[in-house]
Amino acid sequence: MATVIVVTSGKGGVGKTTTSASFATGLAQRGYRTVVIDFDVGLRNLDLIMGCERRVVYDFVNVINNEANLNQSLIRDKRVENLYILPASQTRDKDALTKEGVERILTELKQGFDYIVCDSPAGIERGALMALYFADEALVVTNPEVSSVRDSDRILGILASRSRRAEQGENPVKEHLVLARYAPERADRGDMLSVDDVLEILGIPLLGVIPESSTVLQSSNAGVPVILEDSSEAGAAYNDLVDRFLGKALPHRFTSIQKKGFLKRLFGGG
Amino acid sequence: MMGLFENFFRAPPRKSAALAKERLQIIVAHERGSRRSSPDYLPTLKKELLEVVRKYVPIDQSQIKVHLDREGGYEILELNITLPDEEQRLSPPRQNGGAGV
Repeated sequence: MATVIVVTSGKGGVGKTTTSASFATGLAQRGYRTVVIDFDVGLRNLDLIMGCERRVVYDFVNVINNEANLNQSLIRDKRVENLYILPASQTRDKDALTKEGVERILTELKQGFDYIVCDSPAGIERGALMALYFADEALVVTNPEVSSVRDSDRILGILASRSRRAEQGENPVKEHLVLARYAPERADRGDMLSVDDVLEILGIPLLGVIPESSTVLQSSNAGVPVILEDSSEAGAAYNDLVDRFLGKALPHRFTSIQKKGFLKRLFGGG
Repeated sequence: MMGLFENFFRAPPRKSAALAKERLQIIVAHERGSRRSSPDYLPTLKKELLEVVRKYVPIDQSQIKVHLDREGGYEILELNITLPDEEQRLSPPRQNGGAGV
């Protein structure tokens, strides 16, 4: 049976789509049939981050409206086997996402996939609610910054009360914290909330810490999920995160200051 | 100007992260509190209680207050029903309960 995972945050710009792209890519690299769905109707971006924007023909809403079938709208990733992208619609209104329509498509996808990753839009409107409604697990992407932490707490409340699992009294959605854009040296100076601060406030298990890294922007420029840049810190952090999600007990990295060697200091990097 | 002075003479400036944490703890606790004190079933409970009481006494929605509080390890459900004056009570109960829900 496929597992549905929502990547959510409440606040915008914290790294949901970056995380969705890398997480889905990582799962597929490890041999799991994975589909990543963009729920941001009207503002689709997952296709750009995944580098398949020119291959979009039919989208999520087309499938919901029976204007295309799933096979026509799923984009098969060219780099990683087992990885498919279902893009969001760019033009339709947000009401196009109906609970029944989303359920029908997820049910169909569950037949052929191991993991269904739902990339949520920001906010707590319909798109975000639909992205989390059917979730079995949730990656809550948070930045070490007050508004992001507060919004994440709000989203945790919504997961606990308005998801299908909550409504039907089933086991709650399993929550994971992804702390993104972390700068250990700033946290050390006391200028940024530390990993422990955020954990103490939100009280959910930490799946991974993604360090602030210029590679994230560079890879989004190129349309390559940053997890494929495995020599970069962010790429390595996402690889760890996926392994941890799949049950490996790995220590958290990039949470304290890395002492740079002489050569690295001279030539930069990271 | 005052701000400038205060900043100047204040004993070692607090790190902003500590301030952020403290503010977050307060606002998050507050927001969680308001979430939890009104669980999803509360409106339905209120409606059903209203229906039961109306079988005997004519009251409307505004005369029934349901409040859930958390104290230590347990929850307290506070139910407050204001009964109408004697005169009103002697007249027969209103059809359909009167006030809209």
